[in-house]
Amino acid sequence: MTDPQAINSPAHNAACPTYRQAVTGYDEMCTRQGKVRKHWRYLNSALNTMGPEVLQQRQRDTVRMLRSDGATYNVYGTADGLNRTWPLDPVPLLVSSSEWAGIEAGLAQRAELLNLILSDLYGSRKLIRKSLLPPDLVYGDPGFQRPCVISPPASAPGLSLYAADLVRCADGHFRVLKDRTQAPSGMGYALENRTVMSRLIPSLFRDSHPHRLAPFFRRLRESLAALAPATGGDDPRVVIMTPGPHNETYFEHLYLSNYLDYTLIEGANLTVRNGRVWLKSVSGLEPVDVILRRVDDYYCDPLELRPDSLLGVPGLVEVARRGRVAIANPLGAGILESPGLMAFLPRLAKHLLGQELRLPSVATWWCGQPLELDYVLANLSSLVVRPINRTISARPVFGDQLDQAGLAAWRERIRKHPHQYVGQERLAPSSAPALREGLLEPRQGIVRTFLAAGQDSFVVMPGGLTRVGEKPESRIISNQAGAVSKDTWVLASEPEQIDTLLPQGQAAYPQMKETLPGVAAENLFWLARYAERAENMIRLIRTIHHRRNETLQLGDPVYQATLGMLLQGLTHMSMTYPGFTGGGGDKRLAEPQTELIDLIRNQRRPGTLAANLAAFLDAAYAVRNLVSADTRRVFNDIGDELAGLAREEHSDLQLLQDTQDRIITALMAIAGATSESMSRELGWHFLNLGRRIERALLLIALLRAVLTTRVAPETELLLLESVLTVAESFTLYRRRFRNRPQLEVALDLLLLDETNARSLIYQLNATRQHLDVLPGQDNRPYKREMKLVIEATTLLNLANAEELAEPDADFRPRLETLLAGLGQSLGDTSNALTTTYFTHAERPYQLVDDEA
Amino acid sequence: MRYRIVHKTEYFYGITVSQCHNLAHLRPRNLPAQQCLGHRLEIDPLPMDLAEHEDFFGNHVSYFSIQQPHQTLTVTATSEIQLDSGNNQLVLDKDIPWDEVRDKLAEPFTDITRENRQFVLDSPLATTSPELADYAAASFPPGRPLLEAVQDLMERVHHEFTYDPEFSTVTTPLAEVLTRRRGVCQDFAHLSVACLRSLGLAARYVSGYLETLPPPGQSKQPGADESHAWFSVYLPDAGWHDFDPTNNRVPLDQHITTAWGRDYADVTPVKGVIFGGNPDHRPQVSVDMERLPESPSTGLR
Repeated sequence: MTDPQAINSPAHNAACPTYRQAVTGYDEMCTRQGKVRKHWRYLNSALNTMGPEVLQQRQRDTVRMLRSDGATYNVYGTADGLNRTWPLDPVPLLVSSSEWAGIEAGLAQRAELLNLILSDLYGSRKLIRKSLLPPDLVYGDPGFQRPCVISPPASAPGLSLYAADLVRCADGHFRVLKDRTQAPSGMGYALENRTVMSRLIPSLFRDSHPHRLAPFFRRLRESLAALAPATGGDDPRVVIMTPGPHNETYFEHLYLSNYLDYTLIEGANLTVRNGRVWLKSVSGLEPVDVILRRVDDYYCDPLELRPDSLLGVPGLVEVARRGRVAIANPLGAGILESPGLMAFLPRLAKHLLGQELRLPSVATWWCGQPLELDYVLANLSSLVVRPINRTISARPVFGDQLDQAGLAAWRERIRKHPHQYVGQERLAPSSAPALREGLLEPRQGIVRTFLAAGQDSFVVMPGGLTRVGEKPESRIISNQAGAVSKDTWVLASEPEQIDTLLPQGQAAYPQMKETLPGVAAENLFWLARYAERAENMIRLIRTIHHRRNETLQLGDPVYQATLGMLLQGLTHMSMTYPGFTGGGGDKRLAEPQTELIDLIRNQRRPGTLAANLAAFLDAAYAVRNLVSADTRRVFNDIGDELAGLAREEHSDLQLLQDTQDRIITALMAIAGATSESMSRELGWHFLNLGRRIERALLLIALLRAVLTTRVAPETELLLLESVLTVAESFTLYRRRFRNRPQLEVALDLLLLDETNARSLIYQLNATRQHLDVLPGQDNRPYKREMKLVIEATTLLNLANAEELAEPDADFRPRLETLLAGLGQSLGDTSNALTTTYFTHAERPYQLVDDEA
Repeated sequence: MRYRIVHKTEYFYGITVSQCHNLAHLRPRNLPAQQCLGHRLEIDPLPMDLAEHEDFFGNHVSYFSIQQPHQTLTVTATSEIQLDSGNNQLVLDKDIPWDEVRDKLAEPFTDITRENRQFVLDSPLATTSPELADYAAASFPPGRPLLEAVQDLMERVHHEFTYDPEFSTVTTPLAEVLTRRRGVCQDFAHLSVACLRSLGLAARYVSGYLETLPPPGQSKQPGADESHAWFSVYLPDAGWHDFDPTNNRVPLDQHITTAWGRDYADVTPVKGVIFGGNPDHRPQVSVDMERLPESPSTGLR
């Protein structure tokens, strides 16, 4: 690596030979004369030394690390949109300390200013009364939430968080492009970027001395704790409220929840009672003092805000109104995101702070005023039009991309509701070097910066989330539009103390009582059930495959009969009716290939292997902060296998067999990893309950399908072998009994043998043990799920394999009755668990009110 | 005149509801010519949480929540009101041309605009349109005094629209009300408000009660009165003036104002969110409005 002391020598003034700086605009790394700026020299020369091949390797490493961290970003409206790997360019954006000082001061001032505006708008609204803000800008904005106004005016809660998108223009100065105040996203990605970078290029990272991010997050934690109402006591509970796993930035919600040690919940996991907000956990209701929300204002309370929202908590506005829960940021803060406000900030800065605005906004003309309207209409072709609120229309409109008809249509639209639009100057963002195929190329970028409220002033995260366009001509630089992120290094003049969130020499945080939200418990439960379904299905299909090969080779009618029953068993077990049963079943039995392939690959048909894996991955995604990193890696592998199943045109069962073998290995790995490295907390018990109950149900379904009917002895023998194989008990059988399977013996082993980890009784006993440790189960009278399991266990314990095997003409009525009863009980147990622990499933409905 | 109003709202869910959260705009406002002498809100089952606050428009709002399983909900609001009719006359001498009012409301940064622009702008249930402007135009020739023009609009809505409780729900769009020419008091109020806004005037939605008198010689049926809605228009230097298009009258001494806002959504008498299932029942609403004997010491009880 290059000696840091040597970087000022002329040799290091030259950019990478391949880097051609941007033709227009400001280049972050090079001056107009092609000289590398001083604060870039060290990095530039290090990159030069590495060369294209090493850089390409680093790029691949980046993707691998992000993938194994599960860092994803959901792109709406595309087939593979969910779980797309977060894009990170391994070349950071560098900002010198001296320049940053100016940005920092400007951002802190702007946050302070917006904070004062927020308090005013939801309090006394003096700014409107004193003609500093036009009424249409506020009252005509759907982002102004009247229910959040404090009346009579008192001190409204202020901003806890603020994010601003910065653009450096051709003149070298930064301007603010966007203000984000409702639920600013990105700080978690910034932190993940930083974590990856420090592992990717450790020595370069260390020698560059970028300012560390951890102190910022510590301030954020302090600031959120300080918001708690007095009822919160010394140890207030802070939760992160997410719209759920399908939200574009869900990874970040999980990530922050882990890093900041706050419980992650959805609105449906919270409830308002007795004037407070409570978290519905599997242990009961627990009070919540502070909500860090990632849900936009109008979705937060269907009672007082958007009525059809299922993401919010009915009554939340009322509790906030009484000051008994703090919400960061306060509901209604979205009004500050209006670009119309930008036109008035210089004036407001003078009035409210007695200062000039230090960090200018992009030039903005709010069309609610006659002169500004005229200007925008006249210059539309060179301006960018934005609505004052995202609910009016989602995307900015670039005037120079409109034809005459388009311009006319937009003029008409603006004239109709002028106060809803602004015209803004089109900025040419500066370019920074980005890595493409091992070479550095300029890409235009914007920097999102983050602030947290401190005691007296706002604290700025020294760094941020830089995003550059995917292509040189990219206009809209957003993740939805394919942008690539970069870490942002504010270069310290000297090394800083290492500082993580964990204070040294003492326990990190006071040990908290375990909280498992109902929804997490439910996801773990179903994660295991789907895994078990997938695993069983693969085993049965594999057995069928072998039997089929034998049938084809030997042409023996015994094999044919066995095969038919197993195929029907597959239909029953996966509940993919009619399948090999019912109408058309005969035809499919004769030619099972197509149906089998469909049962493996068709993700849209409930009950298929692909559908079970997809459901498994959905649940896995929602709980990945509860499992180990290695387990998450296996989740990724299964995702790849599933994508492979969908992509390739498989018509060969033999080839599909290889994929299925890999999937089963991965599923076994997950079972192993959860059993070995998951802490024995509540979540682990729910996971195992799911596994045990599903395994029992599947065994019951299989036995009912193939063993309750009396068949010829030769067929029975083959069926028993197959069932024992599917139930992973054949090896055990042979080892123990050393002869060909007999029905009574096999039934005893599969149903009643407490030492066989695959037997039904084993599943029931295990279910009972997991139930025993769940909250609320130690009190009598027993809850319904406990009663059901006790009943089922007793019934099974009283059974006798010889009696069960006894046929009545061509049917085994005792076996059928027992299995049917147990199946019913276990299904009911699952439902009872849902009622007791996963109650969040209850959704809110609006009362119809319709009177004359 | 003194009145006692009993406004009862009953929900029969047909399912068991585990909890509900509600907001009620039921306590009438105090106004120069209207005093709320007493107000009581009875809720069955008993709510675990009940609190009152003032909303953005200065209306009284009650929040309550019931946290035990229940299948019916009854909300009974009893209010005693003193209404002074003497000083509640339509002040026609301050009337000025409507187009002048429109221009005043369009000027930036004046007292008039600051207070009233929000009633010129669209709201979710009273949105302007060229069709509504066209409809209103016949009543608004250039230079006509505002109140005269609005009175004409009220009369036209009254005569040209059919009162039809079967036709509309809260979600029936105004465009449909306009083309089909039918609706209920809410629709007529929203339509008039949106017409006025389409012309650049400030108009708001008023919710309250109207006393109905039985035909001569008959006694009044219990529950025969209604919760009612009308609209109000702003005249600079003379304040807000109410008009009732459903009954074609200027509300003077028999209209009691509960709350006002941009439209119905701001002042819904009772609304709520429940858990437990989707209720498929409209509430039963009854209003009894009874004249009370005038007490010698006006209203100070």
